[in-house]
Amino acid sequence: MWLKLGRRLGSLVIVMFLVATMVFFLTRLAPGDPAALMLGDQATAEDIARLRQVYGLDKPILVQFILWLKEIATGNLGQSIFLQRPVIQAIAERAEPTFFLALFSVSVAALVGIPAGIASAVWRGRLVDQIVSGLAMLAANIPSFWLGLIFIQLFAVRLGWFPVAGYGEPGAPFMERVLHLALPATVLGIVNSALIVRFTRASMLDVLSEDYVRTARSKGLSEVRVVLRHAFGNALVPIITVVGLTAALLVGGAIVTETVFGLPGIGNLVVSAVLRRDYPVIQGALIVVAGIYVLINLLIDIIYTFVDPRVRY
Amino acid sequence: MEQSSLLLFLRRMFRRKLVLVAFVVLCAIMLMALLAPWIAPHEPTTIRVVRRLKPPSELNWLGTDEFGRDILSRIVYGARASLGIGLAVVLVSMTVGTLFGLMAGYFRSLDGIIMRVVDALMALPDILLAIFLVAVLGASAFNVVLALSIVYTPRVIRVVRASTLVIRELPFVEAARALGVSTRRILSVHILLNVASPVLVQATFIFAYAVLAEAGLSFLGAGVPPELPTWGTMIASGQQYADQAFWVVLFPGLAIVLAALSLQVVGDGLRDMLDPKLRKAL
Repeated sequence: MWLKLGRRLGSLVIVMFLVATMVFFLTRLAPGDPAALMLGDQATAEDIARLRQVYGLDKPILVQFILWLKEIATGNLGQSIFLQRPVIQAIAERAEPTFFLALFSVSVAALVGIPAGIASAVWRGRLVDQIVSGLAMLAANIPSFWLGLIFIQLFAVRLGWFPVAGYGEPGAPFMERVLHLALPATVLGIVNSALIVRFTRASMLDVLSEDYVRTARSKGLSEVRVVLRHAFGNALVPIITVVGLTAALLVGGAIVTETVFGLPGIGNLVVSAVLRRDYPVIQGALIVVAGIYVLINLLIDIIYTFVDPRVRY
Repeated sequence: MEQSSLLLFLRRMFRRKLVLVAFVVLCAIMLMALLAPWIAPHEPTTIRVVRRLKPPSELNWLGTDEFGRDILSRIVYGARASLGIGLAVVLVSMTVGTLFGLMAGYFRSLDGIIMRVVDALMALPDILLAIFLVAVLGASAFNVVLALSIVYTPRVIRVVRASTLVIRELPFVEAARALGVSTRRILSVHILLNVASPVLVQATFIFAYAVLAEAGLSFLGAGVPPELPTWGTMIASGQQYADQAFWVVLFPGLAIVLAALSLQVVGDGLRDMLDPKLRKAL
């Protein structure tokens, strides 16, 4: 078990190293000298030269890369050009809305997707199945920002049930935060439920034709118990995977929704960094998001061993 | 013989009515894009301030936007850019992805490197990677295609590699090798033809994703220049008028949903049709 886990951690480190490499060298493709960019139009040649020295931009690119990797490995993601603070701090300040948005969205997606998937597997080929599959297909092809705009118009502007945008005053009570997150989480939950429906349905269909399900039925167990306990319990592994991956992707993938709803999260930070060409922030956010993604992947693998004793490390 | 097998293919494919409907819708949208100058009722760029933000009427079927431009005409022209970008992304990612997928699946020595890079690229959410690439490369239609191709190529690599790994071990490949067929020919004929169907299915899905992603990027202001009418830029520029004129946002979005949905349904139909395991189950 420990050996396998070690190997898994090894490949995780390699993937993160490659992400960092990619992010570093791709950023250098950007036109313009980073130092000149930081100082703006008023800068003199000496100013630029001095800043290049401070940031080590005058060294060969490979040396810069190694120095940068060293910094990252110790958790230092550099300094934001525009925000006047370390990147890691800027990201930490924005983490809360993104975390809760991802959490609530995944909850909505799972609460909608799993029962719908079970129902369409149980009544396979019937009307329920067709309706669920059709709706899931539709949900997967709606642009989240557009659905967000429509929901804002309907539920915030016209009906006034929810705040139009934002995350409430600083220090607002948690319930107010929840109210601000309700619409964006519903939008993201709906859009992301499609994959969960599909996986749940497929996984349930696999299991429902197993011998032990027939045995459970012939023992005279109620259909509800057969489906929910005997079948669903054994169909869990792929379902957990897809729910976990959805959560992982939402951490960085909610950019558009955060922008529509004016949530001051990591996605919003990235968008404003992109528009201002604040490269250290973009790089840092990419590395943090990728790191969360691979960590959640690892976590999913570990959860398997608890859900399904046959999976062993 | 050729013709009857094609007919059989089409009959199987369209056995599900929904697939047929989606295919017709898709063709209609494509035709609309191709014939835009002849179909569009108005010039998409003509500004008529007196008729700004007018609701749908006989003159402007889907209403007018904040500059008095006809929304239907802009949607018709927008199909060109939106679908054009999607199609370009499909072509680039298919070509590059198939090439690397074949190499990763066939040559064990390359597999590790290629797949680790794929893992790294896939560790970043699509839209985040795309926005980063567009930020670095600069916002233009060409760079949006490039960025989205980089985002979706790893998916193709995965699919092609997985199929290649299976096909490589089949007897006919071994036979070809034993007959002295060159590795290049084995890859480009014997294996390529057999991975074609999963790649084709993937192509329709990537087309749908690319249309959605392009709209998202344009919406964030990190896509094509706002002057170019695409469905995404229309929503982006219209959103601040959504309170007074919902049609400015509603109709371009419906166009996106319709295009992406029909691509997805056609792709699903193709997959059910081409996947022998599923075919038995149906």
